[in-house]
Amino acid sequence: MFINSIFQSTLPSSKGFTLQVLMESYTILAPVILSFFILVMPSRIRYYYTLCLTIIIALITAIPAFNALLNPVNGPLIFFIGGAIGTLPFIVDSLSGFFILVTNFAVLAGMVYSQGYLKPYRESKSPAQLALHNFSFVWLHISMLAVLMLRDGLPFLIAWELMAVSSFMLVLFEAEKRKTLKTAVNYLIQMHVGLFLLVIAFLLCEAETGQMSFDSLRSYFSSHSNFPLFLLFFAGFGIKAGFIPLHTWLPEAHPAAPSHVSGVMSGVMIKMGIYGIVRVLTYTQSDFLTIGLTIIVVSSITGLLGVMMAIVQHDLKKLLAYHSIENIGIIGIGIGLGTIGLGLHQPVLVFLGFTGGLLHVLNHSLFKPLLFFSAGSVYQAYHTRNIEQLGGVIHKMPQTAGLFLLGALSICGLPPFNGFISELLIYVGLIKGLSVGNVYQSITFLLILISLALIGGLAILCFTKAFGVVFLGTNRSTPNPEVREAEKGMLIPQYAIGILIILIGVVPMVFISPIVAVVSKMFNLGPTVFLDSLFPVFTQVGIMGLILIGLIVVVLFIRHGILRKRENQYGPTWGCGYTAGTSRQQYTATAYAATFAELAHPILPEQQEYEAIQEEEIFPKNRSFSQNPIDVFKSALNKIIDLIMILLKKIARLQTGNIQHYILYAFVFILIIFVLLYLHIL
Amino acid sequence: MGFVLVIAAALFFPGIIIRVKSLLSGRKGPGIMQPWRNILLLLRKGNVISTTTSYIFRLAPTIYLCTILCAILLLPFPGVPSLLGFEGDFVLFAYMLALGKFLFIISAMDTGSSFEGMGASREALYSMLAEPAFFILFGTLALLTGFSSMQPIFDSFQFAGHNSFILGFIAVYLLIQIAMIENSRMPIDDPKTHLELTMIHEVMILDHSGFDLALIHIGTALKFSMYGLLIANFLIPPQFPLIIRILLFFVVQVTMAVLIGLMESFRARKKLAKNPQFIVTLSSIGLVAFILVLLITFKMIG
Repeated sequence: MFINSIFQSTLPSSKGFTLQVLMESYTILAPVILSFFILVMPSRIRYYYTLCLTIIIALITAIPAFNALLNPVNGPLIFFIGGAIGTLPFIVDSLSGFFILVTNFAVLAGMVYSQGYLKPYRESKSPAQLALHNFSFVWLHISMLAVLMLRDGLPFLIAWELMAVSSFMLVLFEAEKRKTLKTAVNYLIQMHVGLFLLVIAFLLCEAETGQMSFDSLRSYFSSHSNFPLFLLFFAGFGIKAGFIPLHTWLPEAHPAAPSHVSGVMSGVMIKMGIYGIVRVLTYTQSDFLTIGLTIIVVSSITGLLGVMMAIVQHDLKKLLAYHSIENIGIIGIGIGLGTIGLGLHQPVLVFLGFTGGLLHVLNHSLFKPLLFFSAGSVYQAYHTRNIEQLGGVIHKMPQTAGLFLLGALSICGLPPFNGFISELLIYVGLIKGLSVGNVYQSITFLLILISLALIGGLAILCFTKAFGVVFLGTNRSTPNPEVREAEKGMLIPQYAIGILIILIGVVPMVFISPIVAVVSKMFNLGPTVFLDSLFPVFTQVGIMGLILIGLIVVVLFIRHGILRKRENQYGPTWGCGYTAGTSRQQYTATAYAATFAELAHPILPEQQEYEAIQEEEIFPKNRSFSQNPIDVFKSALNKIIDLIMILLKKIARLQTGNIQHYILYAFVFILIIFVLLYLHIL
Repeated sequence: MGFVLVIAAALFFPGIIIRVKSLLSGRKGPGIMQPWRNILLLLRKGNVISTTTSYIFRLAPTIYLCTILCAILLLPFPGVPSLLGFEGDFVLFAYMLALGKFLFIISAMDTGSSFEGMGASREALYSMLAEPAFFILFGTLALLTGFSSMQPIFDSFQFAGHNSFILGFIAVYLLIQIAMIENSRMPIDDPKTHLELTMIHEVMILDHSGFDLALIHIGTALKFSMYGLLIANFLIPPQFPLIIRILLFFVVQVTMAVLIGLMESFRARKKLAKNPQFIVTLSSIGLVAFILVLLITFKMIG
């Protein structure tokens, strides 16, 4: 009640406006100013200072966000920052509010986790480097929040750019590795291609409406064809989100960054692309069917190819990065379904699609950081991300293993965890869509349904591989006796995420109803009678989850009671009579995925490097064999870049370094202009 | 209702399959209840546990059984609604079984044995390939009936006129094949094979013993009669008196068990490399049904 009264009075129409504005300008500006002190803090207290700052930022944005999310009727909350050059409105509506809360939680979890993760780097990195890292982390947080709150074109793009630059600094943390440096630069370039597309899109809008902001899109879309401009936005935001074929930066940048950064980048930063797409969709007014069809087709391809490429990876973090692409696909399927619902005037599809998509944004922002954090703990302990060299981690790090398993189960969309809830919403939407549209739409929906089912099955294949090979069995390389469970500071944020994952799975309605309100507000769909039809579904899903957990507890209890009285024996694994097996003879990840990789060979080519044994070589020498999956899109992109490079190299011949030549060029240029003018061509 | 009957049917289901197979191969064969006597025997034994394994290995059989029990809870009995029924409940049904499978696969990986890894890899791949067939089937039924929950789908399916005969035939065929894949039976896997390299399901439970092995066997028996119930829903009209429906249910279960026994006796296992093709064929049969329904609902012509 108290919070409500404050924030209702912050609307521009209410009294006491000037005083409020002054105070708000300070609360918004304060973190910006305070963040610079990170650079000069003594290294002893720097981490705690950064943590406090992150908490402060999270709190001051979470209050209006909660307010906007829980009372969407009030309209958006608007704050102004005044200054000599003009005022800058920050707008928090329910959609931004939802994303702000998602962002804050993931960033906070990452911040808490980072203390333990960065500990080994304290010796190898200079204090200035660590300070810069913390500083960039805070700025990534600030810029993401700004992206969510700014609606004017230019400030939005500046915040978007800040987000790219600060995450670039974070990826660059281990810049002494040449590969990391290359990856980071690649990331920066791709982000700027995205920025460039967004600038064009906004400029097109400005040329027609005279204003460069999200709100002017409404008047643009009402008078122009919607699809082309939307496509431009979709491509611009899609690079950030990682839709295939715009994803090539993602599987490189995520593994290169430290784990807490990968968690935040994958969990929330790429969702800013989704936010942008949804935000633009709220302004579109026609062409819904074309737009929706484009999104849903691109998304299902993204989902399928993402998970297929994930299966053949050997690098644990790269595997997780490809899964981010898959999940972006699932989110996109939800959004596309909702958009088609708008075109068909079927509010049920709009609700199911967008609610499913947005809930999956929340879900992915939980289980993906969880997976990256636990994978990071494994990397910290074993110093390798290569799945083939790991194994048996569960004996050394049982809690981390359990948390990874929890993340794996929920990312596969299995009940009673959160991933299932959002996937069920999308499934129900697709099934309802089957009987709503015409024959082509029915076929499309069925194909999407098949791909969603396949994505689920493939995700299970992928995570049984990842979990089975990394955590189970025995260690495949020389065992390191010093490995211990990750420290408490790293486990606590993971447990916090784990609790939320189970909560969403067991009491889903608590989380679904605010999102339904967000969707209703976004497209002015009026009061949400729709919620009543969802209520029995998800209450029963929750009950089913509880029954399952209850049953498991009961059976375990009986099992324990019976086995206590019996004599249990322990011995080696059955080896078919062969007793000299070594850990290297275990099933490898490559072998596990081999049958699948063979089936999918046309789409997932592999690169093998080895030297064939010659015929006359009777006693072959030592040889090496390496096999790496190839991302076809990346090699296609490289081919294009190679072509451009050849062209540019030809042009570079003009650059002789000889001043006389340059003067000649200028002379030739003027001559050409003169001739053209003379011929009345120019 | 369905739950109790499924458990009752599971008591004799595996026994009938074994009996049919032994009669056809000219042996007398064990009694119908022999599989359950074996299970009772296992329940009384202690476990032999590999030292390589972790808590996953100990938890997995329990969770595997519980997911199957929960999946059965979701199924309606003809004319009697299930305990829990809601829009999209068949999605939960499929995913519940997938959860059990996930745990089952990683418990095989937990032993560190390459045999079991091999079985796990095959199991994961085949069930992934079989998943679309199930969803196409239910998507088709949802399109035909306009419902997205199992109980109303089955109820209105019975009244869909003579079109339901041909669709029912396809559905029953698909479900039997899916049940065979999910239970790792004949065309995909041979439960009687003696070579670890060619096994799928059997190799995954090599290291399980005693109580845990019993739980897995119970789960497998239940899975059969669970699919039997699903098929019974297509075949038994809900307007019949309850006694007749129950009788028909057992007739369906026995027929299915005999059918599986017959199929396993006269059919050789496919080459492992051919299995994916076979499983994908099921999805295409499902697609045929889907196009049929598009024709029936006049979407395609009108």
